[in-house]
Amino acid sequence: MTDHVEPPRETALVDVHRALGARLIDFAGWLMPVQYAGIIEEHRAVRERAGLFDLSHMGELFVEGDDAGDALAAALVTDPRTLTVGRAHYSMICAPDGGIIDDLIVYRLGSERFLVVANAGNAAVVSDELAARLGGWKAVLDDRSLATSLVAIQGPRAAGILGPLIDVDLGALKYYAIAEGQVAGIPALVARTGYTGEDGFELFVDWARGPAAWAVLADAGRSAGVVPCGLGARDTLRLEAGMPLYGNELDRQTTPFDAGLGRVVKLQKPGDFVGRAALERAEREGPSKRLVGLRVTGRGIARHGYHVVAGERPTGVVTSGTQSPTLGYPIAMASVAPGDGEPGTMLDVEIRDQRVAAEVVPLPFYKRSA
Amino acid sequence: MVPADLRYTKDHEWVRVEGDQATVGVTEFAAQQLGDVVFVDLPAVGKAVEQFATFGVVESVKAVSDLFAPIGGSVVEANAALADRPELVNSDPFGEGWMIRLKVADAAQLAGLLDPAAYEQLVASS
Repeated sequence: MTDHVEPPRETALVDVHRALGARLIDFAGWLMPVQYAGIIEEHRAVRERAGLFDLSHMGELFVEGDDAGDALAAALVTDPRTLTVGRAHYSMICAPDGGIIDDLIVYRLGSERFLVVANAGNAAVVSDELAARLGGWKAVLDDRSLATSLVAIQGPRAAGILGPLIDVDLGALKYYAIAEGQVAGIPALVARTGYTGEDGFELFVDWARGPAAWAVLADAGRSAGVVPCGLGARDTLRLEAGMPLYGNELDRQTTPFDAGLGRVVKLQKPGDFVGRAALERAEREGPSKRLVGLRVTGRGIARHGYHVVAGERPTGVVTSGTQSPTLGYPIAMASVAPGDGEPGTMLDVEIRDQRVAAEVVPLPFYKRSA
Repeated sequence: MVPADLRYTKDHEWVRVEGDQATVGVTEFAAQQLGDVVFVDLPAVGKAVEQFATFGVVESVKAVSDLFAPIGGSVVEANAALADRPELVNSDPFGEGWMIRLKVADAAQLAGLLDPAAYEQLVASS
């Protein structure tokens, strides 16, 4: 068998990243910026001012048709029929056994028109699976992942930077809401969503308009201190905010209940959906593991894959970990035995050949002041 | 340009030998590649280190990297400043960001290292 390795895809913004001196890496089959000036500097800019992100690697799946709402309710664990037009919610697509195929944001754009945003690494799988699950319903899937550029501006100054450029009243655009508008003449879907724990916006524009949208935001935000941010800062920002990352906290072997996200699953919604029986059983039996926050109190940084022990007893594994740029100490998320997950519990993380003390703490690690 | 008075490993550590003592750190190129250094794990004083063996670990926000000893010896000092200020590895890799001092076991081992010109060539080709 020969291994055929495709070169990574490039977003419409790749030359912009190169000109900014970004370090580019292959991430989920895409050539993406991992950092520009440095992860800590970019992270702090988002917490204190604003950061600009190219997220064009994400999957944009439009679902439309007379049955679109019913079809999505049968395909996903949430009930998109309950969304008001112009609002969004966090969702998941699960396998029949309850394992998570991907976590998603579902936006309701019209009475029977939805936008489903999938992670880059899962976009093709979700697109195929969703298309199959729409079979038999009056609903069609339009995968516009390769026709859409996604630029995000995140941070406390994001609204102040974007507001004057757009014909949408951002004051009326709530968290997890979406509106159609024009950003300096560029047609865009503007959503008040993000993955950083800060206020911010995601702009879906035509693929070719990505660089123009980026340039408009970068220019308008210059005096406010906006900086380009890579996937490195995106990861530390979401980890401080306690947000799960597919492949770390979530995977096919994990149910939403195991990941502490049982509230996302709408078991009370009418009609069957893929995974319902397994997820009802998971809820009844209780989770087999518990996702917790850890503050490492000893010397060392807990990383993805490191083992966690309670005394001499193995209890789980670190799913994500880093030095927190905001807090100044190492933080981690870990999947542990349910009985070891109460805040205040002292556990040890096996870091190389040493056991390093860590305390279970509530998630999130960081919450922005209102 | 890298300092002319040092010798280098292909793994981007440097060593300065003065008498029977050797000071060890990572190069500016290594520091740039690592990104923001947030943790440095160094050996205890007295520990014996073999040439080209792992003597510690340096961690950036994203990655964990082993540190390889350019020369063998026993540790006489580890840079205590890095415990609170690991960012010195980025800001001054050839100076305040040094990592350990060794009592050299065999100075002839220096012959197995890269001279500044050879190291610069390595960096230029990577």
